[in-house]
Amino acid sequence: MAEDEGVDEKRRDFLLTVTGTVGVAGIAAACWPFISSMNPTLDVQTQSNTEVDLSGVAAGATRTVAWRGKPVFVVHRTPQQIAAMAQSAGGKDPAPDQARVQEPQWLVVVGICTHLGCVPNKTEEGWLCPCHGSVFDNSGRVLQGPAPRNLEVPPYHFAATDKIVIG
Amino acid sequence: MAQRLIAWIDQRFPLTSFIKRELTDYLTPRNLSYWWNFGFLAGFLLMLQIISGVFLAMHYKPDVNLAFDSVQHIMREVNYGWLIRYLHSTGASAFFVVVYIHMARTLYYGSYRAPRELMWWSGQVLLILLMASAFMGYLLPWGQMSYWGAQVITSLFGATPLIGDEIVLWLRGDFVVGDATLNRFFALHYLVPFFIVGMVIIHLVALHHVKSSNPSGINLADKDNIPFHPYFTAKDLFGLGVFLIIFCGFVFFAPEFFIEAANNIPANPLQTPPHIVPEWYFLPFYTILRAIPDTLGGVVAMGLSILIFAAMPFLDRSRIPGGARFRPFYRAMFYIFMVDVAVLAYVGSQPPGGLTFKIGVAATVIYFAAFLTLPFLSRWEERWLRARGLPPALQALLDSETEPKPRREAR
Repeated sequence: MAEDEGVDEKRRDFLLTVTGTVGVAGIAAACWPFISSMNPTLDVQTQSNTEVDLSGVAAGATRTVAWRGKPVFVVHRTPQQIAAMAQSAGGKDPAPDQARVQEPQWLVVVGICTHLGCVPNKTEEGWLCPCHGSVFDNSGRVLQGPAPRNLEVPPYHFAATDKIVIG
Repeated sequence: MAQRLIAWIDQRFPLTSFIKRELTDYLTPRNLSYWWNFGFLAGFLLMLQIISGVFLAMHYKPDVNLAFDSVQHIMREVNYGWLIRYLHSTGASAFFVVVYIHMARTLYYGSYRAPRELMWWSGQVLLILLMASAFMGYLLPWGQMSYWGAQVITSLFGATPLIGDEIVLWLRGDFVVGDATLNRFFALHYLVPFFIVGMVIIHLVALHHVKSSNPSGINLADKDNIPFHPYFTAKDLFGLGVFLIIFCGFVFFAPEFFIEAANNIPANPLQTPPHIVPEWYFLPFYTILRAIPDTLGGVVAMGLSILIFAAMPFLDRSRIPGGARFRPFYRAMFYIFMVDVAVLAYVGSQPPGGLTFKIGVAATVIYFAAFLTLPFLSRWEERWLRARGLPPALQALLDSETEPKPRREAR
């Protein structure tokens, strides 16, 4: 009873708030290493480059290579396909064909549907995703279906006329 | 000697009183039908899945290079490995059959209504935990369907605004579903059942506090309640026997019935199978995902289609007890909803395209419309039933429920 009289309520509230805040922050900080441990490990992050030898890929053919575990389509396009793609602006996500290739006969795109991550299957006109029916043209641009964006163009450069390095 | 031992324990732990209170003296409505059997069956399946899963884990290897072969090793070389694996894989499907019937019973008889909202919501959490566990367990055989199912479902989180890509990377621990993903799914698949057990205990504590609902929808007089043991232990065990006849039929004669053929091909990250489908128990929700052309919209609709069940105690505004049994319009709606879910499941099993897509969209609209029209329909139906005249006893019950309230407030 006598103790209650001398209580500074504001001081007590302040101490309670500060203790609570520091406690919660401490718990959050202690969680961080565990959450972070689920991110890609260093050895996964270092698998960054993939070399592709283009000499064996005939016109009209596609080679699928793995880059960071993802499939990458390397397409040797025919002159007809190049001409058709140069005329089209794409569909839902318009982009000129020239901006998506370094050499018009070589199209390099990540073979993962931008909708939910399936690998599209090659067709005459481009690709068809088997999961939810997205259609892509021979420039990897989405024409119809649920995919929101065009197939991603990975960073790559020509190390020689018939060799590219992805990554 | 036994009596002295029990007396010794009772002094230190409430053993006898617990059994008395929760089993031999636990009052249960005597009119429970076999639809009330499915909660017990779900509990049985939880035990079966945990036990068979522990024994499978003794032989399984969560490594991308070893996982597929270790499942084949279980099938061919481990003593009775085929049996344990088929019990576990069939058990997963049976678990969803039983839980979906359990939920349908709750919807039909209106058991989600006061005072059983927390039972319904804890059940909702159990369903989500079960789905998470089933989804992660399905990756472990590392077949083509396993792989691409996990690839698609983890991609769903990429629809999160702003940080979608980072979340997907964090979930997988790799740029695609890979070794890190397989390992963590195995760890979590082993962990989630413990959460389920904990939630089941909460579910049961709530049940024993509010007691079982029953087909009449009203609280029975004392003389119409009978002890759980031996009456309902016997009834539940008989139901279990019938269930096991069907279950063992699948385990021994059609164990591959619930397994997609494509899952017998080892996972290949560079090639999606021509037609991928989720496990049958996810098909209705998968259709709702596909029915919305926008990724984020589809993910939100799919999430809502599961979570919206939680709103049932608020959406159903009728006070007529007994659920669909005494409510003709709610009953019609219940059956339409069941057919609609079956249509959604069928559409989900078909390749994407043309007519099935349109049917899927229509069925999705009906799915949500059923929930959203319920508040108006249930109100209107109650007025309609009252206007036609309720049985005198029911009328008296409803009056007694409504009248004391204002009086209590006035006091």
